Amino acid sequence: MMDFIVIPILALLAATAVTVARIRNLWAAVMFTGIYSFLSASWMLILDAPDVAFTEAAVGAGITTILMLATLSLTPRRHRKSGRLSSEDFEERPSKSPLFPLLIVTITGCALVYGTFDMPHFGDPNAPIQVYPEPSFVEKSQPDMHGLPNVVTAVLASYRGYDTLGETAVIFTAGIAVLLILRKNTDDKDGSESQAVTGENV
Amino acid sequence: MTEFLGLYNYWIVIFLMMTGFYIVIARENLIKTIIGLNIFQTSVFLLYITMGKVTGGTAPILKGSHGGESHGGETHGAENHGAEHGQELIAAAEGHLDSGVDAVVGVYSNPIPSVLMLTAIVVGIATTALALALVVRIREEYGTIEEDEILEMDRNS
Repeated sequence: MMDFIVIPILALLAATAVTVARIRNLWAAVMFTGIYSFLSASWMLILDAPDVAFTEAAVGAGITTILMLATLSLTPRRHRKSGRLSSEDFEERPSKSPLFPLLIVTITGCALVYGTFDMPHFGDPNAPIQVYPEPSFVEKSQPDMHGLPNVVTAVLASYRGYDTLGETAVIFTAGIAVLLILRKNTDDKDGSESQAVTGENV
Repeated sequence: MTEFLGLYNYWIVIFLMMTGFYIVIARENLIKTIIGLNIFQTSVFLLYITMGKVTGGTAPILKGSHGGESHGGETHGAENHGAEHGQELIAAAEGHLDSGVDAVVGVYSNPIPSVLMLTAIVVGIATTALALALVVRIREEYGTIEEDEILEMDRNS
């Protein structure tokens, strides 16, 4: 029964990724990236990771798409002082022969597939990842976190609390760096710049 | 052949990863390159999440008698039985699914990949934002976001 949901999602995921690689129009590519993120969030939900799925849907499909659209609106191809922009201003130029990159990607992919032959099977309860950090922490997290039932939240906020603090520091640093990069000495074209900056601070 | 079919999740992830890799190395447009990096990144998240999945498991949100509705005295009891429940969970994880598993302990997928990937997603959006800001700045300086045109301008100047 589950296969009827999983297989279409995986097929759509692969099709979306290939479409992103082939399509020339950048607006369409950004929208397909949002669809790709949302489809991968759907697969994460099926793989029992609802917290990651929510975050991926909100951050990957939401904020990333908004940031890319804001960037795209600031970077049309031709530099025009006036006149309406057409969709051709947001199209990639045709690239060189794709054969050499395709060869590299195929070789790398084959090497990685060869590497998976030593991996534990999908869903295997005896895989090293399930056995090694003794799973009793799943049950112990509840008394540690005063009855909080969600183990992911317990680990994120308690056992790995300092890591989460460091992550916040990374976001802060990135925000400051974006502000410094986008800052201008002259104060012309203020409107378009503040648009991008508001996007970063979501 | 059937022994390899259990690895299909890795192959799908590798396909997606290589698509992202192709976009990064084959395309000259800077925004397209960032899109490729994003696809690569999402496929790495999927790699970790699929490794945490346990067949027959459910999301790592504890259910049972000492869940949500009954805190207080029950929480104390849970403390005493914590180790014992842990043992049962190990038993469950080792595949003895029908022995020693009561209503309190179920089979959960591994929460650790979820935790790691939550951090990675947030750090990923930070790096993406930084890269996009750099693209905007490059467009201001050079008037283009095509990599070969930028390199040519650098050589000529």
